[in-house]
Amino acid sequence: MKTLTDADITRIRSEFPILNTTVKGHPLVYLDNANTSQKPQCVINALKDYYERYNANIYRGLYELSELATAAYEGARLRVAQFLNAKDDCEIIFVKGTTEAINLVAQSYARPLLKPGDEVLITALEHHSNIVPWQLVCEQTGATLRVAPINLQGEVIVEEYEKCLSEKTKIVAMAHISNALGTINPIAKMIAKAHAVGAVTVIDGAQAAPHTAIDVQALNCDFYAFSSHKIYGPTGIGVLYGKKALLDAMPPYQGGGEMIKSVTFEKTTYQDLPLKFEAGTQHIEGVIGLKVALDYVAEIGFEAINHHEHELLLYATQLARQHNLRIIGEAKEKASILSFTVDNIHAHDVGTILNHYGVAVRAGHHCAMPVMEFFQVPATLRASFAFYNTKAEIDILFNALQKVREIFK
Amino acid sequence: MNDDLIELYQEVIMEHNRNPRNYGVLANANREASGFNPLCGDKIHLKLHIAADNTITAVMFEGSGCAISIASASLLTEILHRKTVAEAYTLFEQFHELLTGHPSDIPLGKLAVFAGVNAFPARVKCATLAWHTLKAALLNNNVIVSTETGHE
Ligand SMILES: Cc1ncc(COP(=O)(O)O)c(C=O)c1O
Repeated sequence: MKTLTDADITRIRSEFPILNTTVKGHPLVYLDNANTSQKPQCVINALKDYYERYNANIYRGLYELSELATAAYEGARLRVAQFLNAKDDCEIIFVKGTTEAINLVAQSYARPLLKPGDEVLITALEHHSNIVPWQLVCEQTGATLRVAPINLQGEVIVEEYEKCLSEKTKIVAMAHISNALGTINPIAKMIAKAHAVGAVTVIDGAQAAPHTAIDVQALNCDFYAFSSHKIYGPTGIGVLYGKKALLDAMPPYQGGGEMIKSVTFEKTTYQDLPLKFEAGTQHIEGVIGLKVALDYVAEIGFEAINHHEHELLLYATQLARQHNLRIIGEAKEKASILSFTVDNIHAHDVGTILNHYGVAVRAGHHCAMPVMEFFQVPATLRASFAFYNTKAEIDILFNALQKVREIFK
Repeated sequence: MNDDLIELYQEVIMEHNRNPRNYGVLANANREASGFNPLCGDKIHLKLHIAADNTITAVMFEGSGCAISIASASLLTEILHRKTVAEAYTLFEQFHELLTGHPSDIPLGKLAVFAGVNAFPARVKCATLAWHTLKAALLNNNVIVSTETGHE
């Protein structure tokens, strides 16, 4: 098994400039990776390099700079296709992020399809960005939104999920990994069940992409979405994977330049995939940076990443128990996300105090208000670990939590 | 401990958080309003009684939230007692100045304990929620007040 040694971690940390900064005189302890991840020097350099050497619009120029930019952009698409193990690189659509990817599917796939009586099924642990687009399209079409429940560990109750499925179910949309709880859903099994009733599956992979190898062909999902900024790449860029046959049959999401073959006032013909879904000038440097980030992650390897992050999760969970924190989300299969509350102290008070010791965690509802409601907490604290975090940082977190209790004794 | 933190979580604030004053439902209220900050989850419901001569004769609140928001609501109910409506507006302005403006020598009495919030811009909205709710109640505004903007 490939693991990360202390020397590896030291080297990796030195490759992330921000990890060597301080906050209020304390070294930064960045434990909000599920929110957004930090960027390695190579990603930062790739953006700089693009602007310094070959900034040009793609597809549109016959000159060398544009050719270089186009090659880098399309090279990144190939890289993403390989990352997801897509069959064809035209199945990779660049979008702003997971949120836009889900909205695209809701509006271009679901909206023309859904009729009153049809159902869209989600789960009770979804991020708002996998709830609201479906509510909108249900409102627009008269379809019904259904929600598969979770248990007190924060796991989707698979038997209940199956009961929610019927021939009325047209779409099943669910997170691969929950951002608020860390739960890893058994999506391969859940996708198969959805397909058995003829539903199309949309997977929110925002939290999964940074932690696990993804194989969209093995999963057999119909759509898969993730965001670059959570996987060490630039912000403002993300990916929608869709099966070619589905994407081909869908109308464009937005109209504009680049997505057309010809335009007259009477009739416009659209580009083939993937350009049909990429209207207007794209986030070129974002795409280029994402490729470099994927290369960086691949070099470390998911096996080593998983192993290290899992150790951090176990270590933090054990300390949380010793410190009598209330852990929210205790799924058997869990990613390196620890949500918790401290006595009756409001999460924002805790977050403010932790910040004073250089510790960055998320304090809030994590864009998952229904999850907070289920566990009857207004907000939680969430420490989420990346491969560059260390046990020493977790110790700093727990020492700072001690201070919180001293202040609130 | 860090000086800014000591300033923020002063004993008076912690004590009001533990034992909020005038907590509950006011029976004979003739003004009320709600405040809610969805990101924080802070909730305040404020009820007042204003007499014919425009003095505030009773104030009570209910709610839940962080230490800063609860202490702020609690201290608000204390300080408003027997103030006129005009004085309440003046206090609102002065409190706002204390939190967001330059340190001043405004004689705010007990409310001065919130001066430390000035150093924590992200927490100003917690301290001002009760006060904006008060303003809505005085104006008889039937909207739920929030002091948050933007998204998380
Ligand atoms: C599970 C999950 N889905 C969707 C999103 C939305 O991602 P983005 O804001 O990058 O579009 C997030 C990010 O917070 C997430 O954690």
